Amino acid sequence: MTLNGTPSKEQGILTPLERLQEHFAGDIRETHAFRGDETAVIRPSSLKAVAQFLKDTPELDFNFLMDLTAVDYLFFAGGRIQKEFRFEVVYHFFSLKFNHRIRIKVPVDEKNPEVDSLCDLWASANWYEREVWDMFGIGFRGHPNLKRILMYEEFQGHALRKDYPVNKRQPLIGPVN
Amino acid sequence: MSTLSSPEGFFTSKLNDALGWARKFSIFQYPFVTACCGMEYMSTAASHYDVDRFGAGFPRFSPRQSDVLFVVGTISHKMAPILKTVHDQMCEPKWVVAFGVCTCTGGFYDNYSTVMGIDTIIPVDIYIPGCPPRPENVLDGLMKLQDKIQKGEQSRTLYDPRTKTGRPAEFQGGYTIEGHIKHIESSSTS
Repeated sequence: MTLNGTPSKEQGILTPLERLQEHFAGDIRETHAFRGDETAVIRPSSLKAVAQFLKDTPELDFNFLMDLTAVDYLFFAGGRIQKEFRFEVVYHFFSLKFNHRIRIKVPVDEKNPEVDSLCDLWASANWYEREVWDMFGIGFRGHPNLKRILMYEEFQGHALRKDYPVNKRQPLIGPVN
Repeated sequence: MSTLSSPEGFFTSKLNDALGWARKFSIFQYPFVTACCGMEYMSTAASHYDVDRFGAGFPRFSPRQSDVLFVVGTISHKMAPILKTVHDQMCEPKWVVAFGVCTCTGGFYDNYSTVMGIDTIIPVDIYIPGCPPRPENVLDGLMKLQDKIQKGEQSRTLYDPRTKTGRPAEFQGGYTIEGHIKHIESSSTS
């Protein structure tokens, strides 16, 4: 352990990403680490198990879901880069005890945009997942109250999808301008 | 002498003057503060610039007790019906001040969520542009509003984006997404 409690590699302690790779070797599509920022892209089917593992393993103890958002890769880099899956849901976890972080990405297909909800593991996932549903139209299986959080119920479509027309206006009252 | 000979002449016009004078120095304002312009509104209201010198130092937080609606900050489409309700709840005579360029025209926002000028929803008497406007600018707008109150004038018209009527010409041009893309393309090639 270093002074602030971060496990250090020199003492033979695995980083969170290495622990994850040990347990879920078959479920990790790719990994990436840059100056301590560790990222794992996992299969959607393993999300629940990975999340449970991150939270419940005493050496990891990711008790804080810092952020949950999504990315739409349609027209990515001006259409020059074609991704296999259109969306990615991105989770940022943090451990208050060990002061370490990990980023988990889950690719989501355009035809069936749905992943498992993490509401029962981290309560903060509730509103994040509603925001992702509102803005990107990605559903969350098992969410207790999946409805729009930012836009009004009358709003059609999902505003942060890259194919939402940039000039489209849906005012509740007043003219369209 | 012509005022004396007119049917409602001399006396009523003086009464209106007196009413206008009384009203313009006892502005009860309703601050509808939604965004960063609120900071500038606070600094205008506080002792350094001291909006109380103009008789507008007493914000009321009920629309039924206020004369002037200060719309301070970006109004989203989700907020628009609430703003309209607040305006409807105010008693006559009432005035509306659009504080900051977001309320005047939408400002630099041109997206799915923002109302492009509150004068599409409620009539606006005074436009105070700026992002945010400096307190001097706000006080200038307040004095223009006082002139308007003194004359007994009130805005009754809404802005119609199709005919482009009901909004001062200087707030009509402004930002368009096409113009913005053109600007980016022309500056990146040069």
